[in-house]
Amino acid sequence: MEWEIVIGLEVHAQLATKSKIFSGASTAFGAEPNTQACAIDLGFPGVLPVLNAGVVDMAIKLGLGINAEIAPRSVFARKNYFYPDLPKGYQISQYELPIVQRGYLDIPLEDGTSKRINITRAHLEEDAGKSLHEDFQGMSGIDLNRAGTPLLEIVSEPDMRSAKEAVAYLKVLHSLVRYLEICDGNMQEGSFRCDANVSVRRKGETKYGTRTELKNINSFRFVERAINYEVERQIELIESGGTVRQETRLYNPDKNETRPMRSKEEANDYRYFPDPDLLPVVVTVEQIEKVRKQLPELPHQKQQRFMQEYSLSQYDATVMASSRAMADFFETVVKTSGNQPKLAANWVMGELSGALNKANLDIIDSPVSAEQLGKLVLRISDDTISGKLAKTIFEALWNKEGDVDHIIEKRGLKQVTDSGAIETLIDKIINSNPQQVADYRGGKDKLFGFFVGQAMKESGGKINPQQLNELLKKKLSVSE
Amino acid sequence: MHNKTIAELSQDLAAKKISSVELTQLYIDRIKNLDQQLNSFITLTPESALHEAKQADALRAQGKAGRLTGIPIAQKDIFCTQGIKTSCASKILDNFISPYDATAVQKLKQAGTVLLGKTNMDEFAMGSSNETSFYGPVRNPWDLDRVPGGSSGGSAAAVAAALVPGATGTDTGGSIRQPAALCGITGLKPTYGRISRYGMIAFASSLDQGGPMTRTAEDAALMLNAMAGFDERDSTSINMPVPDYTATLNDSIEGLRIGLPKEFFSNGIDPDVAKTIEAAVKEYEKLGATIHEIHLPNTSLSIPAYYVIAPAECSSNLARFDGVRYGYRCENPVDLEDLYKRSRSEGFGSEVKRRIMVGTYALSAGYYDAYYLKAQQVRGLIRRDFLEAFKKVDVILGPTSPTLAFKIGEKTDDPISMYLSDIYTIAVNLAGLPGISIPAGFAQKLPVGMQLISNFFEEARLLNIAHHYQKVTDWHTRLPEGF
Amino acid sequence: MSLTAEDVKKIAHLARLNMSPADIEQFTPKLSSILNFVEQMNKVDTTGVEAVAHSIDATQRLRPDAVTEPDQRKAFQAIAPAVEAGLYLVPKVIEDE
Repeated sequence: MEWEIVIGLEVHAQLATKSKIFSGASTAFGAEPNTQACAIDLGFPGVLPVLNAGVVDMAIKLGLGINAEIAPRSVFARKNYFYPDLPKGYQISQYELPIVQRGYLDIPLEDGTSKRINITRAHLEEDAGKSLHEDFQGMSGIDLNRAGTPLLEIVSEPDMRSAKEAVAYLKVLHSLVRYLEICDGNMQEGSFRCDANVSVRRKGETKYGTRTELKNINSFRFVERAINYEVERQIELIESGGTVRQETRLYNPDKNETRPMRSKEEANDYRYFPDPDLLPVVVTVEQIEKVRKQLPELPHQKQQRFMQEYSLSQYDATVMASSRAMADFFETVVKTSGNQPKLAANWVMGELSGALNKANLDIIDSPVSAEQLGKLVLRISDDTISGKLAKTIFEALWNKEGDVDHIIEKRGLKQVTDSGAIETLIDKIINSNPQQVADYRGGKDKLFGFFVGQAMKESGGKINPQQLNELLKKKLSVSE
Repeated sequence: MHNKTIAELSQDLAAKKISSVELTQLYIDRIKNLDQQLNSFITLTPESALHEAKQADALRAQGKAGRLTGIPIAQKDIFCTQGIKTSCASKILDNFISPYDATAVQKLKQAGTVLLGKTNMDEFAMGSSNETSFYGPVRNPWDLDRVPGGSSGGSAAAVAAALVPGATGTDTGGSIRQPAALCGITGLKPTYGRISRYGMIAFASSLDQGGPMTRTAEDAALMLNAMAGFDERDSTSINMPVPDYTATLNDSIEGLRIGLPKEFFSNGIDPDVAKTIEAAVKEYEKLGATIHEIHLPNTSLSIPAYYVIAPAECSSNLARFDGVRYGYRCENPVDLEDLYKRSRSEGFGSEVKRRIMVGTYALSAGYYDAYYLKAQQVRGLIRRDFLEAFKKVDVILGPTSPTLAFKIGEKTDDPISMYLSDIYTIAVNLAGLPGISIPAGFAQKLPVGMQLISNFFEEARLLNIAHHYQKVTDWHTRLPEGF
Repeated sequence: MSLTAEDVKKIAHLARLNMSPADIEQFTPKLSSILNFVEQMNKVDTTGVEAVAHSIDATQRLRPDAVTEPDQRKAFQAIAPAVEAGLYLVPKVIEDE
């Protein structure tokens, strides 16, 4: 029985404005409880909302970044329900007329191709506060600092067919909002939240299966694991004769499982209606153009340019363009390396990324600067050092031993390229190993490696390998 | 002295015939002696009032007094007043001390007025008789067994009995104009957006407007000068300059075209009311106006439309009263559901609960199109009716209320009969137009009010037309017996 | 439109209001009569008529993105029913894990 997985994602991105969407209170993270909740955020009687201009610009930016239509006129609606972190008893959101309409994002697949994921819409809304469940004499504590923080809810079509595609989409979207500087993308702090709608159906079936909504997945890794668990659960359930219930489920990362959310069991009738305290939001063509001009080079544009300018593969280009920090780092390496994009890409994606991951560092905190790495690549490509020794130098750079040339000098790592010196060394080895020479000349070609090894040992690895091979072959083939 | 208008008192203060402290004390005493009969006040603030009066007198001594400096007023208890209880006549806000001032309150303060107290009203402004207040009904000073009208019944009664020269009210379906009519005073509902709603506790956000309740149109103009204006804290506040509404009071109304809607004079109207209005119309003809019959064909639909839109909006606006951050909280809630349900059920009165239920139903899944959307479309029709009419006439005239003040308890069992009291006023809110009610005479010893309606932002014209009538009549000068 | 007691119970729950059986008995006919009354609107044909949400013909004004509100927690919480450590207290909210 072949199964198809259907995934749609809803992302709530907290917009990086200084003040809230409808009030002038601060959005800064980490303040003492309820010190950033003004009368409007607290839903006092008589208060009224006024829209933050920065929020509209950010929504426009996102719309442009996903090639979407920006609605010339959009409307705020009230979503009515009772919950202690929702002070007014309704959330101001957008329902029938969202500010951003249909768009798309192209995501890289593992096989090197790309897939288009359609985005249904993105709308503006206000965030709710937080409930703290530590015991306060048997009560919960409500902090409304977060209430009123602007959110952009970005809804995808159910176009993803695997957990990996879901993660790829999230990574592209995450990178985009950071590129656009509309969201800091900090998943631990909750500024980029993802809910996944997951269902399965038999291959070939056109109708969608019943979907469940997964919540509390706040890292890319958790997204993948949660979806995979849920898919397995649903398939097992159906294959054993059961039916999937439409429900909301919470992911538990410690147990790696999803469980139904008790508090959201009952269906809510949100009774949406246009908010009478707010007027329709008008966005003009002029305003959109103004924002467009301020846009930075977007990830997919940068990726295209990397492929063209630097002849990188699609995969390499995608990785390099995935974050502005990475892309800027890479381009600096290329520049200082005397234009060695392929080598630069290998070093950034390979040795550097490996070291950064191990030390749990972001590229902006790299102990090895882009200029230094570029210099290292330059010294490899101009044959000053051998590729083998470059790793040693990289480690020395990481440990802040100085700059590239200084390290090469201090440690005497300069590659021997003088053919005369190499020949002298080869002569020495030949003379010291007459049996192996005879055997090699007698037909044992495999012994070539032995001589290379000896030469490397003798020279401390500092011989240019190509030259060594050339000269060694020449000398060994000369018969006495 | 107590029967003087704000304009007259302003002159007396300027001429130093009386000080603001003396004037304020005068009203404080009157309220103390007479308000038990009316129950028009919920909260009195005599100490701070005298303090403000002293400051007003000091300002005057420095030559910095304005036209409203030192004038005592009252605020309907729906306007948030900082540090002072603001209850909306509801148990659920019985303990609510507002941490901030409404914009309209700030503006009247800045104009130098003195706050005597907060007036009684129908709970959360829902009512046409001031019988739903948690603090007991307000009585009509013209007949203590009768209602003053609502929801601004307290303000209307207090001004009618000269317990205060002027007060604020709010009008969502007629709540300034109808009580003004039943109490024989002047009440103005400005164009929607003219006065800021910030700090004016919301009932139906797309219909609510604050406004002055006074003895004369001139006084209303003085108060409107202070209250009106753009407020950046209210997204529905209109950015239009505020004229001096008193400057054009005496402009000629020769040739004024007055429209009488056929629908306002058909069935349901008390014949005495009709007769009184007809006499008032004759006065206008004498003043040089021409009378024309007009049609507002969708008038009868205004009540059903209103009783969908207003409850729908209020059901959402009142969701914030949940016992969590302020206001009434039930004792020992066992869980969250209990906290919400008991706090709200114990805190709200039955009319409020009824409207919340109607509104919740009208917005609920499956009914939105049939009720809410339909009502918004009817609203469009009603607005269109008015705009068509204003192509032919300059102002529309009619009775404010179809009946005289009815007896307390007479309509409380029949909500629909109560709702019908607003038949002439509701359409004006749905359209967002300005309307004023002024005293037009008496029938069976009870006041009859006449309503004038003009096009958007033509408050100056309304006040001018009303002022002319008050120059040739004296209904507005009468005081009820015993006051 | 005649409402049943079930209908009234559902609406009451959405609105977080308690309805005793006596309340329901009282409310149901009154609510039904109000709803019947408002159905008069169906007398008029409104196809093609635009729904009016606001009486004013204006669009949403924008305010500049700036922090203008100071910390007023002390004043605001002075009138709160139950607070501790700066938090508003409510009966325990049951959420999973």
